[in-house]
Amino acid sequence: MRPKARAAVADALLEATGVRAQYGPVPVLHGIDFRIDEGEIVVILGANGAGKTTTIRAICGMVNTHGSIRLGSTELVGKRPEQVARLGVAHVPQGRGTFPELSVADNLAAGAYLRRDRAEIARDVARWFETFPVLGRRRDQVAGQLSGGEQQMLAIARALMSRPRLLLLDEPSLGLAPLVIRSLFERLSVLNRTDEITQLIVEQNANLALAIGHRGYVLETGEIMRSGTAVELRKDDAIRRAYLGT
Amino acid sequence: MTLFLQRLFDAFDNGAIYAAMALALALIYKSTGHLNFAQGEMAMFSAFIAYVLSSEQNLPTWLAIIISMALSFVFGAVVERVLIRPLERRNPLSVVIVTLGLFLVVGGVAQRIWLGTPKEFDSPFPDSAKAIRISDAALRHRTIWFWAVLLALVGLLFLMLKRTKIGLAFRAVASNRESAQLVGIGVGRTLMIGWGLAAALGAFAGSLRAASTPTFDTNLMLPVLVYSFAAVTLGGFDSLGGAVLGGLLVAVFETMVSGYVEQIGGQLAQATALVMIILVLLVRPSGLFGTRKIERV
Repeated sequence: MRPKARAAVADALLEATGVRAQYGPVPVLHGIDFRIDEGEIVVILGANGAGKTTTIRAICGMVNTHGSIRLGSTELVGKRPEQVARLGVAHVPQGRGTFPELSVADNLAAGAYLRRDRAEIARDVARWFETFPVLGRRRDQVAGQLSGGEQQMLAIARALMSRPRLLLLDEPSLGLAPLVIRSLFERLSVLNRTDEITQLIVEQNANLALAIGHRGYVLETGEIMRSGTAVELRKDDAIRRAYLGT
Repeated sequence: MTLFLQRLFDAFDNGAIYAAMALALALIYKSTGHLNFAQGEMAMFSAFIAYVLSSEQNLPTWLAIIISMALSFVFGAVVERVLIRPLERRNPLSVVIVTLGLFLVVGGVAQRIWLGTPKEFDSPFPDSAKAIRISDAALRHRTIWFWAVLLALVGLLFLMLKRTKIGLAFRAVASNRESAQLVGIGVGRTLMIGWGLAAALGAFAGSLRAASTPTFDTNLMLPVLVYSFAAVTLGGFDSLGGAVLGGLLVAVFETMVSGYVEQIGGQLAQATALVMIILVLLVRPSGLFGTRKIERV
């Protein structure tokens, strides 16, 4: 199921160095480095409060950030969320980031807000309705009436509507039933292989995340404690005990 | 029966004005969660702008109103950008204080400029004074015009919200501001447009109000604001259609109660608005069409 790890010389799509971030006076990230290569799924593991969500929010300009986060040759630190979105970064926030009062179809239309190519947008909508049939059947329902799993699918489909260069997923498994989580991660893996969508997944569910990811970082209280390929991390005894429950 | 019908028709005049003001309030509430207490004073100022354009620049009244609406749009957008946006980030409560301050400042400036003799403002519509008689009650042409134009504006607003990209952005921002940013919507720009549209609607309401009273001064919109608050409470704060219907119902309630209950009469009429607000909040706090947040976990 897992493709082979990429060569280390690949071009970095995103390169973060010395990233510090804070909410008001409270520092959360104490200078972390990580990179995401083109075509990879990178996983950030960590317990509650380790700074996983903050890492994603730092990329998107949603939290006070210092250091450097480069997307290709563009510096993201200091940019506003909508500017980061314009550069091709799509973010599926924790707890589903749908527009609950808008219909499923309007949610997808909002996802394509930055695009002008109407015909292609319509084709993408048809495509994601095919990939996520339940969304197609409910296209006129308001998003708030969907189940948790369906809303998560919608949030992902909405993010994909922007044709992102990088897809950020913040705890996609949160609050979902085990079977739903399994099928969700399978879809993410397929998206990576067939559509070459580069992904950064932040997860507490380390087993599944490492099963589809190429590389990973382990975050503890705002610092990166370990990094490596998914295979290495799954073999690491300390990680097995702390995050894999074996 | 004739008297009842006549009162009903009379209420329609005010109903159109309350409806337009309530729509302005609901538009801002829906997108930002704030009530703009200065909406009435801004509308009063806009009415004076229309008055100046028509009486001193000799423009046709309808053109003066349209120009005033356009200027008000710009003013509303500037208020959002300069006063509301920088403060909201620091403390959402400060927005309430700012709109109250704006209420005082706009009112004060208007008094400074236009204090003195009450002003007259012609109706922008032809044959305003004529009336259709329905079983001896007079339905004035003016009333029909008010509602025709108001409903046309409401129709345009809904078309904009449902069919255009700006409308989609507005609904997305109103639904989930953070996700709106994440799909690349400029939230600030969208809110500026919302404040602008609200101010333009207010200018329309203020002009109608000025045209429907024999003379007017800077107190023009004070009572209207109170009734409009009652209207948005009744309609549901975040329902645009509810605001329009609420405006009409509040006007009917006001006219009937002060007409049929002698002890209330003209002086206490505004108390009906307060009674209405309290009743709605007790019985149905979300109003007729307001949403309790839809959420399923």
